[in-house]
Amino acid sequence: MAKILAVDDSASMRQMVSFTLKGAGHDVIEASDGVEALNFAKGQGVDLVLSDVNMPNMNGIELCRNLRELPSYKFTPILMLTTESAGDKKMEGKSAGATGWIVKPFNPDQLLTTIKKVLG
Amino acid sequence: MSIDLSQFHQVFYEESYEGLDAMEQGLLDLDLVEPDAEVINTIFRAAHSMKGGAGTFGFTQVADFTHVLETLLDQIRSGQRAMSQDIQNLLLKSVDCIRGLLQDLQASNDPDLEESKVLKAQFEAILNGEAPSVVEPPQPPSDIPKAEKNSEAGGWHIRFIPELSILQTGNEPTRMFRQLADLCDSNMQVIAGTERVPEFTSLDPELCYLTWDIRIEKSISKADIEEVFEWVADDAEIIITPLSGSVNESTDTTAEKQTVEPDVTEVGMPEPEVAELAPVTPQTTASSKTEAAVSKTVENPAKPQAKAAPKTQESSSIRVSIDKVDSLINMVGELVITQSMLGQLGQNFDITRVQRLQEGLAQLEHNTRELQESVMKIRMMPISFVFSRFPRLVRDVSISLDKKIELLMSGENTELDKTVMEKIGDPMVHLIRNSIDHGIEMPADRIAAGKPETGTVKLDAYHQSGNIVIEIKDDGAGLNTDRILTKAIEKGLVAEGANLSQEQIFDLIFQPGFSTADVVSDLSGRGVGMDVVRRNIAALNGSIEVSSERGRGSRFVIRLPLTLAILDGQLVKVGEEIYIFPLVSIVESIQLDDRAINHVGGHSDVLQLRDEYVPIVELDEVFNIDKEKRSIEESIIVVVETDGEKIGVVVDELLGQQQVVIKSLEENYKRVDGISGATILGDGTVALIVDVSSLSKMSGASSRIIDGGHKAA
Repeated sequence: MAKILAVDDSASMRQMVSFTLKGAGHDVIEASDGVEALNFAKGQGVDLVLSDVNMPNMNGIELCRNLRELPSYKFTPILMLTTESAGDKKMEGKSAGATGWIVKPFNPDQLLTTIKKVLG
Repeated sequence: MSIDLSQFHQVFYEESYEGLDAMEQGLLDLDLVEPDAEVINTIFRAAHSMKGGAGTFGFTQVADFTHVLETLLDQIRSGQRAMSQDIQNLLLKSVDCIRGLLQDLQASNDPDLEESKVLKAQFEAILNGEAPSVVEPPQPPSDIPKAEKNSEAGGWHIRFIPELSILQTGNEPTRMFRQLADLCDSNMQVIAGTERVPEFTSLDPELCYLTWDIRIEKSISKADIEEVFEWVADDAEIIITPLSGSVNESTDTTAEKQTVEPDVTEVGMPEPEVAELAPVTPQTTASSKTEAAVSKTVENPAKPQAKAAPKTQESSSIRVSIDKVDSLINMVGELVITQSMLGQLGQNFDITRVQRLQEGLAQLEHNTRELQESVMKIRMMPISFVFSRFPRLVRDVSISLDKKIELLMSGENTELDKTVMEKIGDPMVHLIRNSIDHGIEMPADRIAAGKPETGTVKLDAYHQSGNIVIEIKDDGAGLNTDRILTKAIEKGLVAEGANLSQEQIFDLIFQPGFSTADVVSDLSGRGVGMDVVRRNIAALNGSIEVSSERGRGSRFVIRLPLTLAILDGQLVKVGEEIYIFPLVSIVESIQLDDRAINHVGGHSDVLQLRDEYVPIVELDEVFNIDKEKRSIEESIIVVVETDGEKIGVVVDELLGQQQVVIKSLEENYKRVDGISGATILGDGTVALIVDVSSLSKMSGASSRIIDGGHKAA
């Protein structure tokens, strides 16, 4: 069981991600934007961060950059949930310190397979 | 693990509608010359979220369409393309189109794709026309080159030289190796190269100095291997070569040995950890409810004139702010405390403790009232939900009429019941259209009349003594009393030569079969007249009034109860029966002697109330109540007003006033003329709520007023 921080401004995506992960036995903390996620992260560490890219207040790229500056998030896997299949967006994420990405749309199985890559 | 995605559909629809509203709002607010980046971003995000959600939840039609939208918005956002009126119009149309698609999907109909195809083609024309943007389909990409032909090689050798900083992106080589081990059932060997490792003193523990050589001795596809390294492909040198046919070393990788040699470290994959990665059995405990989406459980309020059953898309859940829920929980807590206090009191009760009992009951009453108020608040939503669709309406209508109109709104945060709100939208649309179409003049006429070229339509909402008041004001030409009167005479609504007050003339526009528009335009005169507006508002227990000044404008005032579920009622007694009148409809209650009653035409009585004559209705006769007849001196006359007409209802006694919870009679029994609903009183008996307007019709009282006007000379 891992502790996962799921960040997305879309409630339906967040619920889907959260439901899937909880169903797989993980502990999920939800945040609706980067600011909320960062505030949580300042308090405690997690095993994995799943974050949408486009969000109000603080987007996923900025969140990633900010998280990497926290000592407890230096090596935490951060996966970006992105609809942009274009390479430059991914590069932007990578340069901000993201570990990898999951391309939307994805189904619950794909999500679980992918996060297995970075957990454990 | 399979998860039924349909459970998230409702949330998806709701947030998509919200997103569409946000887009629409944003588009309308947008300054075309100097678009605000944040507004563009908001619009983009809404489209983007919708695309992501639609794709995930399998609504490909929506996903495909939003994709072109998103691409265009992205270009605008990144400054590659300028915003224009055409694009704004196209985007607004798309908002409508997507809304239509979603509504079809939500109603489980096959969405009509005609419009979206046309719009999509327009988007594509724009996209392909100017900027060299690449449109990519919204599907998982394959960054990795196609698997090579010889993917079935007997095995692979992988040279993996990550950049020193690889760990700082959260990528952990050992995890990748574990994944590889999964792929090849641990038929592999990982050899670490330490040639990059510096002197201990200059070693940075956060860097990855090791390099690796991995031998996989199983035929797996190259694409699978590349997928393992997908995220680090740009941060590492990865050379994958097929193993030459001969497997030269024994492949005892399961052995957990770690031989530390001067320059080679052999890392065996520990079996237990691999096992740990086996898929975890999915739990199907449904615990997904996180949004405070409180489903609609409040009783359907009584509909006094529920003729056309509303089949419109009315969402069946409400979003409630956490504050409201918290205060509710708090109050329930207090209620429980009061209950246990009373329970204790009851255990060994004697007469000396009566006072404490009374205190406790007062406390209980207090708690209950607060609780009731809080529960009602859950159903309350700011009227901005209705108001928000009007800027678009005004924009579209004014463009099509070539009029210049500014819409001003205030009081958007005034709250009212969700059900009331859902039903007030259409009447308001009609009134606003009317104001623009008939009220506001053409720019040239306005200038000629010495008014500013741009007309103003003002919406206002506020609370007033338990009601919500909505005003729609325009500074247009105002109502033309002469024309209204001529028309009404023409249509036979009033007798020629009738002497009507200005209010009575204004009131004529609400009569069925009245329309002043000389030409039936596209906008007004769709067969829906002001009479329907009034009827719809009356169905909500509300009222509408109009006032107007020639050349200065008109003002429509709608008054609505805050909620349909609760009514402030006046209890009255007739014989042994108790009836309830809505307090709002009562003008006054009087006790009179017989001299005030005029017996007209032998069969009905009229009360002279100051300078008005008010027809009298005997409730016991209308409802066939068996009782001893009282003289009029012993009775009480409740004067009620409906649709601007008064009637005096004779009852035996006035009881208290109280808030009553309306229970639908139609749902529980059947529709009864003259009764709008029922409620349960404190002692458990059922009392009927009088429907004043239908009572007046039933008694035939109203028919007498229309001719001749009801004002006494």
